[in-house]
Order: sequence, then C-alpha cells, then structure tokens
Amino acid sequence: MNVVDLIKSYGSKTVVKEVSFTVPKGKVLSLIGPNGAGKSTVMGMISRLIARDAGVIDFEGQDLTKWKSKELAKHLAILTQHNNVQMKLTVRELVAFGRFPYSGSRLTPEDNEMVDKAIAYMELQEYQDQYIDELSGGQRQRAYIAMVIAQDTEYVLLDEPTNNLDIYHATNLMRIARRLCDELGKTVILVLHEINYAAFYSDYICAFKNGRIAKFGPVEEVITKETLSEIYKVDFEIMNIGGKPLTIYY
Amino acid sequence: MIKQICRKSWFSTFILAILLILLSCVSLFVGVMDIDIPTLLSGREGMELKIFILGRIPRLLAILCTGVGMSVAGLIMQQLCMNKFVSPTTGATIQSAQLGIVLSMVFLPTMGLGMRTIFAFIFAIIGTLLFVFFVQRIQVKDTVLVPLVGIMFGNIIGGVTNFLAYQAEVTQQLSTYFSGSFALILKGNYELVYLVAPLVILAFIYANHFNIVGMGQDFSRNLGVNYNVILILGLSISAVITASVIVIVGQISYIGLIVPNLVTLFKGDKIRGTLIDTALFGALFVLLCDMIARSVIKPYEIPMELVVGIIGSIIFIIMLFYKLKHGKKAIRWGGHHRKHLHGAHHGRHHHHRRNKEVGICE
Repeated sequence: MNVVDLIKSYGSKTVVKEVSFTVPKGKVLSLIGPNGAGKSTVMGMISRLIARDAGVIDFEGQDLTKWKSKELAKHLAILTQHNNVQMKLTVRELVAFGRFPYSGSRLTPEDNEMVDKAIAYMELQEYQDQYIDELSGGQRQRAYIAMVIAQDTEYVLLDEPTNNLDIYHATNLMRIARRLCDELGKTVILVLHEINYAAFYSDYICAFKNGRIAKFGPVEEVITKETLSEIYKVDFEIMNIGGKPLTIYY
Repeated sequence: MIKQICRKSWFSTFILAILLILLSCVSLFVGVMDIDIPTLLSGREGMELKIFILGRIPRLLAILCTGVGMSVAGLIMQQLCMNKFVSPTTGATIQSAQLGIVLSMVFLPTMGLGMRTIFAFIFAIIGTLLFVFFVQRIQVKDTVLVPLVGIMFGNIIGGVTNFLAYQAEVTQQLSTYFSGSFALILKGNYELVYLVAPLVILAFIYANHFNIVGMGQDFSRNLGVNYNVILILGLSISAVITASVIVIVGQISYIGLIVPNLVTLFKGDKIRGTLIDTALFGALFVLLCDMIARSVIKPYEIPMELVVGIIGSIIFIIMLFYKLKHGKKAIRWGGHHRKHLHGAHHGRHHHHRRNKEVGICE
C-alpha cells in the first residue's frame, strides 16, 4: 500500500496535510501521535471509511476508490470502535459475517471451516453460542477480531483496539496483533495511544504531529528521546528492556 | 435453559406453526352464522358455502397477511435503525401512508383503490425515509428519544391529514383507514394484502444485509455492503408492507413494535433466525385479537385495533418491566462483568466527545 500526498479538511481546518508513506508488507505498523494529529483520519482514509480530499492511495496496484467494495473486503479489513454492541448476535453469528464478502448469505462448508478456525484461533470455542452483548469488553474485542480473521484479508487495520480495555486484555490484544502478523502473515496497521505498546509490538512506527508525519521508520528510529519529546511536548526517557525501547514520560 | 432450546432448534417455529394452523381452522367457524363442517360438505346449504368462500376465508387470509406483514415490517425497521422502539407506528410510516390516502381522496377522488394504494406506498416510503435520515442527521443517541421524535413527527403528519380530510369532507371515509378492522373484508376487495408475501420473501433474502447494516456504517463498509442502498431498500420494504395493510385493513398499531421484541427476547437478533418465528407469531397474535374482537359483543364486533391496542399496551408494559428487571439482575449476578461493560460505554462516550471537540474525527 502506497499513500501519496493525502489531504483532508473539515471545514476550514486541514487535519491531514500531504501525508505520504509506504506500508511495509507483512509487518506491524503503528500510527501514533497526540490527539488531533491526524492519525485516525489517515486510518479512516486508508481503510476507505473516510473520503479523502486529495491524494492517492495505491492498494495492490490500483487506487482504493477503484476497488469494488466487495472485492476490497476480501483484501482489507478494518475494525473500529463504533460497532453496535447492543445487538443480540452470538459470537459464531458475528464471526460468520466475516465470510459475507465471499459467499454472501450462503455459507459453504469451507466458510464454516474458516469460521471454526477463526473461533478456535481466538480461543472462543466455549463462548461461540453466547450473545456478544453478554461478553466482557475483552472477549467481545476478541470476537470482532475472530470475524476479521474469518474475513481472511492480507491487511488488517485496527483503530484504537486497546481503548476501553484493562492492562490484561489490552496486552493480550497486542499479542494477538503480533501473532496475526507472525503466524498468519498479515500486514497489520494499528492506531495506538499507548506508545509502549507501539514500541514493543510493532516493526514500524509512523508518528504524526499537526496533520503531518513527524517521523516514519523502524521502531528504534522513531522511539527516541528527541523525536518523542518534540511530538508530545513532554519529557521522555527511553529504556531498553528485552531489546526493545520502552518509554517513561512525565 | 428454555431460551437455549428455543433459540437452537426449530422447536419454537414448529409449535408456532401448529398453533397457527389450529387457530386458523377454529377462526373459520367463529362468526354470526354458525357453520359446521357436515353442512359445508353436504353442499346443500349454498348460503353457508358462500359465506365461507366470500367472507370467512378472505378474512382469515387478510388476517394472516396483516400479522405477518406488520411484524416483519417492524422487525426490519428495528434492526436497521438499531433501536428496539422503532416500528411502523413509532416511525411515522402509518401516518404517512394515511396522508397519502387522504391526498389521493382529495385530489384524485375518482381514481379509486389503485391510485390510493400507490399514493399510500409513495408517502409511506417518503415519510419513513425522512424520519430515519432526520434521526441520523441530528444523531440522536438516546434510544427512547428516537421513537419519541417519530411519534411527534407522526402526529404532525396526522394533523395535516386530519386538516385536509376535514376541509375536503372525507373524514367519514377516512375513519376506515384509521381503525383497523377485518369486518369489511370480502372476496374481491382485499387481494392487495397478498403483496405482503413477496415482500416478506424479499426481506428474508436480504436478512443478512439488514443485520450487517444494523451493526453500523463502518461495519457494513468493512464487509463491502452498501449501507445507504440497503437501508433504503429495507425501509421501503417495511413501508410498502405497512401501506398495503393500511389500505385494505386500516391502521394496526403495536404489532410491529411488540411481536419482534418478544421473539427477539428468545431467539436473538439474527434476522434469518427470527424472521419466520416473528411472522408466525405476528399472524397468531392478530388472529387471536380478531377472534376476541368478534366474540366479545356477539353478534356484533368491535374494531380489532381496539383489542390490539389494549392487549398490545399491556404486553408492552410487561416487556419494559422485564427489561428493567433483567438489567438489574445482570448487575447483581455478574458485578465484574457488568462493571466492565459500563466502563466500556463510558470510555466510548468520552471518545466521542473528544472527537467532537477536535472536529469529527481527530
């Protein structure tokens, strides 16, 4: 995926200004930055949820807007926080929706197999007949990810997936994101607020500030005292734990 | 436990179907004139056979179509709007259809039933879409506020309808379209309600699409489903079903609200899994109400809308109390679980607020 000169304005306020980057395939990429830096808007545009004002998003040799919606759904999946959680659907029914781009309403035996696998991968077997509105936040998040796995796309985009989760569930979720990349070979793009999760679990980081990319590169290049202090306007200390740069801010 | 059995198997569908068939047979023999099977079969009494074929069977079929149609229309609307309190009654569909009927009476009085129906269809669709897009535009977050807006909107349209009817002196004629009743159903004047059947089948085909749209705009787009097209399709199906019932039978409220809610309680929100049960239960409900309406002051009958209104409002109140109690239970039994949910909601609100401050999305 190649992004060139992306621009987005709301009213007179330009929230994304000429953003260009290339998504490294088969890696975990995290978008970080302070509130209002434009990272979620960029995520929205590269996942076709938000229309862009200008720029090019080249996805697998074709502009994102040229893709047929159903065809694109087989290659790129996006999970946002704005889903209707009041719905009385069972976990299995939800995961089965992941097969919708392939088979519509008629699930083939292969589809059901994919659904089984996705449920097993997320260790949701014992919950599969429970309604999603009866699950805890962490379980429900796993159910949505199982749906994305069933969707079987090369790209998985997760918009602030750790929001509203406690440390245990959030960490679990980050491990899952890592496994999606390492075990299933997917390209994972995340929007994260928690810098340390980004530092520990990603391969690349794209740091935003004021609608522009402040720094893009491998984790070690972005997670530095200077860069982060500049972006967030707070003091940072970088420590090396387990070969990964982790931050302390105050 | 019972819930699990009901949801998993076809058991509930089977029971409902059997009950409906039994009650349908019974209803054929309820009426002013006593008709029994031996006389019917002997073929001697021409009068009785005529009543049977011209009156009773059409009436039964109209009842079944009404019950199926109104409950399915309600189910679709509830799912698409992500709100359990939205229905043809609380979504301005019924009132819009009535406005269409009055307009056709006033401006094209000679055109008859066909034109009236087309007007009812068009206005029901426009009214429902207006309501839904209005609610989406102003982003009403409160679940109870949405139907209240719908009721207000419906009342405004109803006011215009009444005014027009009064001016054109068609109030008398209009009363048929306001209180639903099966008393005037005869062979030859009711066949339009058959339209319900293909529409319900269409709804079944698109059931999963409606479910996905009900999960939200982002969710739909992720799965390659065109949110607006499916939303308009679903609402139009509901509106046309409702309008065709109103043109023939008159206003039947509450069914679209109560029946889907009751069935969902046991069978969940997956439309493919609930649609048949909802349709059967709706038919059963209307059939029962009609039999009561016919039996209370025999040999006369009261408008069936009255019976539906009384029974419907009682069930609705029970349902509200059940939901309240159910919610409390969940808090007490699974404190941790519940707290988590609460936290999640809180966080989300916060998120929304932040987004708004910054300008929609970051």
